[in-house]
Amino acid sequence: MYSLNRHRPALRPLALASTALICVTALAACGGGGFEEGGGDGADGPSSGDGPAALEMLIASSGDAETAAVEAAANAWAEETGNEVKVVVASDIAQQLSQGFAGGAPPDVFYVDAAVFGDYAEAGNLYPYLDQLDAADDFYPNLVETFTLDDEAYCAPKDFSTLALQINTKSWEAAGLTDADIPTTWEELEAVATQLTTDDQAGLAIGVGRDRVGAFLVQNGGFWVDAESGEATATEENNAEALAYVQGLLDSGVAVLPPEVDAGWGGEAFGTEGAAMTIEGNWMRGAMSTDYPDLEYTVAELPEGPAGKGTLLFTQCWGISADSPDQEAAISLVEALTEPEQQLAFAEAFGVMPSRQSAEADYVAAFPDDAAFIAGGEYGQGPVNLPGLAPVLADLDSQLEQLEGADVDSILESFQTNAEAALQ
Amino acid sequence: MTDAGTAVRTRPREPGPRRRARGGGGWGNQNAAGWLFVTPVLVVLGLFLVIPIVMALWVSFTDWNGRGNPFASGFVGADNYTELVSEDGLTRSDFMTSLRNNFFYVLLVVPAQTALALFLALVLNQQVLKARGFFRTAFYFPSVVSSVAISLVFVFLFTGGGAVNKLLALVGLDGPNWLADPRGVLHLLGDKIGLWDMASPPGSLSDGSLLGLSWWSWLSGPSVALTVIIMLVVWTTTGTFMLMFLAALQDLPADVEEAARMDGASRWQSFRNVTLPHLRPTMLLVLTLGLIGTWQVFDQVYVMSQGGPSKTTLTPAYLSYTYAFDNQQWGVAAAMAFVLFLIIFLLTSVQRWLFRDKDEIAVKRQDRQARRARRKTLATGDTR
Repeated sequence: MYSLNRHRPALRPLALASTALICVTALAACGGGGFEEGGGDGADGPSSGDGPAALEMLIASSGDAETAAVEAAANAWAEETGNEVKVVVASDIAQQLSQGFAGGAPPDVFYVDAAVFGDYAEAGNLYPYLDQLDAADDFYPNLVETFTLDDEAYCAPKDFSTLALQINTKSWEAAGLTDADIPTTWEELEAVATQLTTDDQAGLAIGVGRDRVGAFLVQNGGFWVDAESGEATATEENNAEALAYVQGLLDSGVAVLPPEVDAGWGGEAFGTEGAAMTIEGNWMRGAMSTDYPDLEYTVAELPEGPAGKGTLLFTQCWGISADSPDQEAAISLVEALTEPEQQLAFAEAFGVMPSRQSAEADYVAAFPDDAAFIAGGEYGQGPVNLPGLAPVLADLDSQLEQLEGADVDSILESFQTNAEAALQ
Repeated sequence: MTDAGTAVRTRPREPGPRRRARGGGGWGNQNAAGWLFVTPVLVVLGLFLVIPIVMALWVSFTDWNGRGNPFASGFVGADNYTELVSEDGLTRSDFMTSLRNNFFYVLLVVPAQTALALFLALVLNQQVLKARGFFRTAFYFPSVVSSVAISLVFVFLFTGGGAVNKLLALVGLDGPNWLADPRGVLHLLGDKIGLWDMASPPGSLSDGSLLGLSWWSWLSGPSVALTVIIMLVVWTTTGTFMLMFLAALQDLPADVEEAARMDGASRWQSFRNVTLPHLRPTMLLVLTLGLIGTWQVFDQVYVMSQGGPSKTTLTPAYLSYTYAFDNQQWGVAAAMAFVLFLIIFLLTSVQRWLFRDKDEIAVKRQDRQARRARRKTLATGDTR
């Protein structure tokens, strides 16, 4: 007690002083350096460094096949041009990209999913380079539109997938159906699903959420939003009709949601023969050959709705960061990665479809079973890409989980209200 | 002793407040050494704890979009906070949904884990129990295993056709599709006992609303999916708290309990009047840690359900994460984190007040009054 009493008057200012010193030092360390808003601005042209470039690429890989294919392509470019590329596989790409953007030193090239494109573009994280590519016109227009914001096309689509109808061959033939019965209209789809529904198997498994049900909206001539005008269009009549049609299929029991048959997604419901048909995308080829190799199935285009053909596109683009110190080299890398031969090599390795129209003929020749998927490139609708809508879309998905027995109009109205509030 | 012939000061050192001796002596060196040892930890804590918290507080008052320096982005005042609690919209209803889910989660987990931990500690404290070490390890083991690994195992156990449902089928029960079932437990109970019909909820409950959610929504209770997470967490965290109770119980000398018995107290009376009061500080610790931990639940939601089905396992911590990293709305996400902090702070303060030792406070008050009275008499009394 004696010594503490003696030192207390001296102790407090010393404690305060040292804490203040630490805080000031830390703030000074944080405040300098990497927080500069730098990098190429669209108007000034791409940035370029001196000497050979050392690029960093961040990808969200679907598996070893994709990682190996991307690394091989990047290394081939690196050897040819004398630069260096480091390919990093992200465990959580949204988190790692956010860290990069916040710190001012993101990877030079990275995958940009259509769902996050709007937010990244609006925040200024992406460098718009598409018009600098020689092959800019060769990409499917629907895909380029998915990565366009405020009339500016930002990045090159790297590949895409579409939805199509998978049909279990055994159940099909057991119900006495032939090729001529493949449904091409909504009424035919309902009829066929009813015929295929047995006690142990439902006719059709429709995945949960807007990324499956949305196809029906497109087939009826509507969609959740209108990308061109930047407005939400959910409350239009055709959307309610489309949702009511799907609800009718679910209520009558000819269609099921995957959780009802103990499946995590449509492919699992299809593979475990919980349903005779399902609506899924290109990834089915890989999933089925790995998990359910003995199941025989055919793929057909989705039936037309009252307004014509419609399906959903899922795509990602090669994003180049606005802060990259060597955007010229990055553009050259992207050009190499989007060459038709390279895109076909990726298609072979991990089952995606090339985003360039000139590669379509070769793709169909190599994978005739996937003709139905790639045909969707002409009339498919890309995902909602308007910035700020992510929580609204998540809310829509959570309401669509309960589509059976829900009030279709109230789902669409609540989406409309929330979207309008978010888009202003 | 003074020697008139020399000028050396030999007067002994005086006690009493005096400036520190030059050259340090014993006390000065220890002081500097203490600061030297503590500085690295202070730097680490400051850099990785205090600074990020202050920055996050700043971000909660801005509309930062995740790009570049948050200190350079627009200041929007309390807009993010009003968006969370007073503005009618999706953000508020999401946040209120997450608070409702977390509230029911806390309501079930904290009492369950505290009671179970206390029970296990009492069991382990018995003298007659053989192989105490084995049981202690067995009960503590789930706390040590990675929460991600356990979450994944539970996902597989609780699928529609998984092990748990197979076990229930053995006794003739039809188990629900656990992690895909969004129905609230209170709704189900009320439906079972005929209080209401889940398919068409009573108008009085579904028409009115509080803070963006209808009363029917507020009274849903935890969903079936959330009960899976509740079971998981109670099983994993009981071990840690059991150890704390065990340590406190072993601190209670056996002769105190014997004395109580000899005075004629029954087992229950001695437990209530001797053991429990002794455990008061540990109980306070366990409840505080439990409250803080349960209000911040994130890992299990991230791995098992990602907020679904139908947002019934959404919690404020997970919602804050998705709003920041997935939706790029960093200001709102930071505001959520600080509202959560206020809730936790309020609850733990209430709990501390409930657990105050009234006798100790009364004694302290008497002491203070006595000291004040003494000082007064010294000041106004005779000058000495």
